[in-house]
Amino acid sequence: MTVIKIDKTEFASGLEKLKGSNKLFSPAKKGKDFEFAKLDAGEVPDLEGCRNTGMSPKSLIYPQSETMFEYTTEEADPDANLMKDVEKDYAPRVVVGLRPCDAYSFKLVQRNFESPEYRDPYWADSYEATAFISIACSQPYSTCFCTTAGCGPFHEEGSDIILAEDGDGYIAKAVTEKGEKLLADAGWATTAEGGEDKFASLKKAAEEKVTSSIDISKVRDMAILDLYEADFWEKEAFACINCGTCTFVCPTCWCFDIQDENKGKEGVRMRNWDSCMFPLFTVHGTGHNPRDQKYMRLRQRYMHKLKYYVDKYEDDVLCTGCGRCIRMCPVNIDIRRICDKMNSYVKA
Amino acid sequence: MLEYTNKIQEIAKKILSEGKVDMVIGFRKGTIPMMSEPCFVTDADGVGELSFDSNCGSNLANYIMDRKEKIGIVAKGCDSRNIVNHIIENKIKREQLYIIGIPCRGMVDRHAVGAALGGEILEAVENADSLVVKGVDGEATYSLVDMLQDNCKTCTHRNPVIVDEMVADKVEEQQDTNPYEDVKKIEALSPEEKTAYFDELLSPCIRCYACRNACPLCYCPTCFVDESRPQWLGKSQDITDVKTFHFLRAYHCSGRCTECGACENACPMGIKVRQLTKKLNMDCLETWGWEAGLTVDARPALDQYNLNDPEEFIK
Ligand code: SF4
Ligand code: SF4
Ligand code: SF4
Repeated sequence: MTVIKIDKTEFASGLEKLKGSNKLFSPAKKGKDFEFAKLDAGEVPDLEGCRNTGMSPKSLIYPQSETMFEYTTEEADPDANLMKDVEKDYAPRVVVGLRPCDAYSFKLVQRNFESPEYRDPYWADSYEATAFISIACSQPYSTCFCTTAGCGPFHEEGSDIILAEDGDGYIAKAVTEKGEKLLADAGWATTAEGGEDKFASLKKAAEEKVTSSIDISKVRDMAILDLYEADFWEKEAFACINCGTCTFVCPTCWCFDIQDENKGKEGVRMRNWDSCMFPLFTVHGTGHNPRDQKYMRLRQRYMHKLKYYVDKYEDDVLCTGCGRCIRMCPVNIDIRRICDKMNSYVKA
Repeated sequence: MLEYTNKIQEIAKKILSEGKVDMVIGFRKGTIPMMSEPCFVTDADGVGELSFDSNCGSNLANYIMDRKEKIGIVAKGCDSRNIVNHIIENKIKREQLYIIGIPCRGMVDRHAVGAALGGEILEAVENADSLVVKGVDGEATYSLVDMLQDNCKTCTHRNPVIVDEMVADKVEEQQDTNPYEDVKKIEALSPEEKTAYFDELLSPCIRCYACRNACPLCYCPTCFVDESRPQWLGKSQDITDVKTFHFLRAYHCSGRCTECGACENACPMGIKVRQLTKKLNMDCLETWGWEAGLTVDARPALDQYNLNDPEEFIK
């Protein structure tokens, strides 16, 4: 794949070219954090200023609230009581400046939304319409543990182009065909002498800066029920207030709830993010709640990410190690600590 | 306040080994700088886990509702006022509690420290009056007083109001702190400006309800936002629904809110949710001279009727 060097001026002018036929999104300072926002003509993203965004980019593909259908109950209308598709905008989009772990997160989530059996049209169409230009991390947070969560600060899978800061510009590596095309469309063409080597050495330096880790080596071989019935869940869940923040900020939490909302005779059917941390998540129509204790809900989140998913797909964890849940949890529930409890658990 | 840790452990050990309580609820040191985690200890040998510093902003009264055990609980001034609320509202019995009182000098706002430092806090060392913080680009020293949570800056009830054993002598209470200055400013706005102000304040809300869940007052088995028959409000990011949640929750807290700041401390988006509850606290104070949670011997403002209640507001 092509590896080139782009200086900052070329970078800015290339983005302008891309804006001609794409909508661009990138991190922008909003309140106390950076969040993804549309990049208008003339705007250049502040890629160095943002170590990572507060919220993950998942809402760009999978909005927190998304209308799927609209309907009317007006009997005089020939379409009365029919669910009709709403118009969607799947025009080409480019996300610039997301971190490699976030680009990779979409690959994990894809297993849920686009499997051999099912295809969620909203997620899949939106994902297909989007290209990702990620920026490798030269300064990971102390809470980043990506290198033990299946990716890393220079991870390529999920990105179409990956940029690495290099002096007055970026080394850019096209990872996919989509990425090659973007390079051409942006007019970024300078070849970099020894670019591949430079990229590899930056990568090595960055990986050494990731100091935090998780280990599921023993979890893999544990019996699900033993872990499920382990004695530490109640103690570890004590502080949790079931706010769901960890799931909302997480790039790999994908659950939603479907709701109809009407005003008079007009209505829409929409889906909204939901969270396994909410008591309402599992309440049955009868009022019975199979996860009526908070430790059960906390256990669900971590068992899903660190055990069920791992077993089901015979793969890594359903987590990219972005560390957002650690940084954002109001009461300091730490996935690394929970993972450690799980991995060191010995059945009495 | 660092010296409190030893004393808390000592008291916890005593009451656990004497069988006075079944568990002690307190804080343990966090896994990241400037964080601590509410925790419980049931074994006298395990009290070493308990710690206390200026990062214990969660309100522990949130963890005792409807519990059946005998509980030792570490309580700052505000926590103790919420314990009083719970006793009045029958969420716990006084006899079940052994209250370990913290004379509090205020909790530090980690978001403010992060903002002042301009980035991630890699290490924080707390001294008697100062905080030495290490970030990516170097070190900075802040005076604790300058970095307090908004509610702590204006708090006038730092000493617990109900207590079984104090960990240290009382601290001096702050006087004339003028807590409602910002509320008065909002009150002076025109209706259009107020709408714009609240839209702006609440638009970053992701409706995680951390503010509600961190709050000891919000213990309804089913919150009105979760009701489906009837469904009082929609579940999307529609600003009307977002505002309805916040306004209604605030009303449910009137005459009960102790300004503990747990809501703001918990909000992942950094929203100043107390802008709403403060207005109602101010009204309770100005109308009935009422401040929540100061005594178990009086009914809360909205819970009683007095012949001499002012009635100018009835038009
Ligand atoms: S783990 Fe933390 S962020 Fe997640 S629901 Fe519990 S309190 Fe909220
Ligand atoms: S579980 Fe936590 S660390 Fe893992 S991807 Fe989600 S937010 Fe990031
Ligand atoms: S904690 Fe913050 S984001 Fe969550 S519901 Fe409350 S105000 Fe909204």
